Amino acid sequence: MSIRTISIDGAPPARVGQRLREILVLIRRNLIHILREPMQLSDVTIQPILFTFLFIYVFGSGIPIPGGSYTAFALAGLLAMNLIMSSNGTAVGLSTDLNTGLIDRFRALPMWRPSILIARSVTDLLSAMICTVIVLLAGFAVGWRPGTGVLSVLGGLGIVLLFTYAICWTFGCVGLIARNVEAAMSIGFIVLFPLAFVSNAMVPTQGMPAWLRVIADWNPVSAVTSACRQLFGNPNPSALIQDWPMQHPVIAALLWSAALLAICVPLAVYLFRRRTSD
Amino acid sequence: MPNRAMIEAEGLVKRYGETVALAGVDLAVPAGAILGVLGPNGAGKTTAIRILTTLSHPDEGRASVAGFDVTAQPAEVRRRIGVAAQATTLDELLTGRQNLEMIGQLSGLRRPGARQRAADLLERLELSDAADRQTRGYSGGMRRRLDLAASMIMTPPVLFLDEPTTGLDPASRLGIWEVIRGMVGDGCTVLLTTQYLDEADHLADQIAVFDRGRIIASGTPQQLKSETGTARLEVTLSSPRPEAVLALQPLLEGEAHISHDGRRLRAAVLNREGIATAAVRALDRAGILVDDVQVHQPSLDDVFLALTGRETAEEEAANEPEAATA
Repeated sequence: MSIRTISIDGAPPARVGQRLREILVLIRRNLIHILREPMQLSDVTIQPILFTFLFIYVFGSGIPIPGGSYTAFALAGLLAMNLIMSSNGTAVGLSTDLNTGLIDRFRALPMWRPSILIARSVTDLLSAMICTVIVLLAGFAVGWRPGTGVLSVLGGLGIVLLFTYAICWTFGCVGLIARNVEAAMSIGFIVLFPLAFVSNAMVPTQGMPAWLRVIADWNPVSAVTSACRQLFGNPNPSALIQDWPMQHPVIAALLWSAALLAICVPLAVYLFRRRTSD
Repeated sequence: MPNRAMIEAEGLVKRYGETVALAGVDLAVPAGAILGVLGPNGAGKTTAIRILTTLSHPDEGRASVAGFDVTAQPAEVRRRIGVAAQATTLDELLTGRQNLEMIGQLSGLRRPGARQRAADLLERLELSDAADRQTRGYSGGMRRRLDLAASMIMTPPVLFLDEPTTGLDPASRLGIWEVIRGMVGDGCTVLLTTQYLDEADHLADQIAVFDRGRIIASGTPQQLKSETGTARLEVTLSSPRPEAVLALQPLLEGEAHISHDGRRLRAAVLNREGIATAAVRALDRAGILVDDVQVHQPSLDDVFLALTGRETAEEEAANEPEAATA
C-alpha cells in the first residue's frame, strides 16, 4: 500500500500539476480578453512603431553618437523603453480584475491564489515578446542591424525580457495597492516616465547635469540598455563611464532583475492576500 | 459526519470599524436542508455568507462547513462549497461556456470533464442557446442562472446563494427555485439569503430572520407564522373617519396603520372565526361606511413586521407612505 494523503472526500490534495493547469487556464482567459479587445495590445504594437519613428527621425537627427549612428544606438533603448512602458499593463490588468466580482468567485474556489498573479505576469511576458518582435522589425525598417551573432542578440533579448518580467511584478504591486484602474494607471506613469527617460536609453548620459547623470547611470534601465547594446554589437557610449553598472552591464542587469523579483514577487503575494481578505 | 450539521456557526461577530455587521450569530443547518436567511438590506446576511464561504474572517466566534472550520481549514471548506454571490461573478468578456469551463478547471476538473460538465449545466439551466455569447450581453436572469451553474460545477455538498433571485422577473424566479429544489433533491445542503418572504416561505425548511446583525427569530415557516398568531385586517372606508380605529380597538393586536388619504386602515388582528363579520359590525355600530374588507392569513411579511416593527423592503416599496396611529 502506498502512503499518500487522501482528504475526506477522496480527492488527493492539489499538486504541482494542478497548479500548472490553473495557471494555464488563467493565461488562456487573459488571452481571450486580448482577442476580444485587441486595442489592449496597442501599447505593444502601435506605440513601439510610433516611438521608433519619432525618436529616430525627430530626436535622432539632433543627437550625435560617438562611434556610430543614432539608429544603431537607439534600438536597444527603444526596446527597453517600450517594454518597460508596457509593464503598466500588469498594474491595469490586475486592478481591473480586483475591481470585479470575479475575484470573489476565484477566492471561494479551492485554487492556489498566486496562480492569478503568475498567470497575469506570464500573459504580460507574452505581450512583451510581441512588443520585442515589433521593435526589432521597426528597427530593421529604419536601418538598424546587429553587429554580433544570433546567440549574442538572443542573449540581449533574454536580458531585457527578464528585466521586463521583473518590472511586471513591480507594477503588479502598484496595481494591488491602487484603489482603482485609473489610479493604477496614473501611479504607473508617474514611476515609468522617470524610470525610462532618466537613463541612457534614448540619449548618452554624458550630456546630463552631474547629479542627474549619477542617477541615470545607476538606473537599472541603463544597465539593461547597455547590456543589450554590448550584446547587439551597437554603439554604447556608456562603456566609457567608470560606475560599476556601466562597466559590467550584463551582470548588473541580471542582478537588478533578480533583486526586483526577490522583493516584488513575495510582496505582490502578500499584497494580494491583504487586498482580498477582510 | 452523521448527526452533524453541515453548516454550523457559534457566536459570529464581525465589525467593520464602528459598524457591527454581525453581533453574535448562531446557525445550524442539517444535511439536505434549506435554510432561508431573511432580512432587510444591511441586516448582516451577506457578511454571514462571506464568513461561511471563507472570504471573510470573523472577529469572534467560530463556524464550520461540512465539518471543517472556516478559519482553520479554508481550503477543505472551499473544496466542498458552491457560492453564488449577490453581485454576479462572471467574466464579462468570456462566453457562458468559457466561464463555466474555466471555473470547472480551476476547481480541479480536467479539460474534457470541465467541458462535459459545462455543457450539462448549460442545458439544465436553459442557457444552451446563449452558451457561446459573451456574458456582457446576458440579461439579469441569464446572469443569475450562469452564476448558479458556476456554483454547481463540482456538485458541492453545500451551497451558498446570496439573494439568488433579487431583481428578477417572476418567471425567472420560479425557474431558479426549480433549480434550487433540484439541487436539494440531489442531496445538497443550501443556505440562501433573501429579502423576499415568499421565497423563504416556498423554499426553506428553516428560516432565520436577521435584523441588525442578530437572529431575531428562527424556526420553520409554519412555526414562525403561528408564533405571531395574528392575521392582517385591511379595511377601506367610504370616507376618512379617524374614529374607526377606536371602533375596531377590541379586535386589534397592536398598532393600526392608516393611509394618508385616511380611508385605508391596516392592522394585525387575532386570527379567529368570524373576524371579518366582527370588524364590519363594529364599524357599522359606529356609523362608519365600509367599501372593502379583507383578512389576510399571516404571511412572513406579517411575521417580519411583528418581529421588527418595521416592514420589509419589498413591502415598503409596494405601499405608499403611511402614518401610524395608536
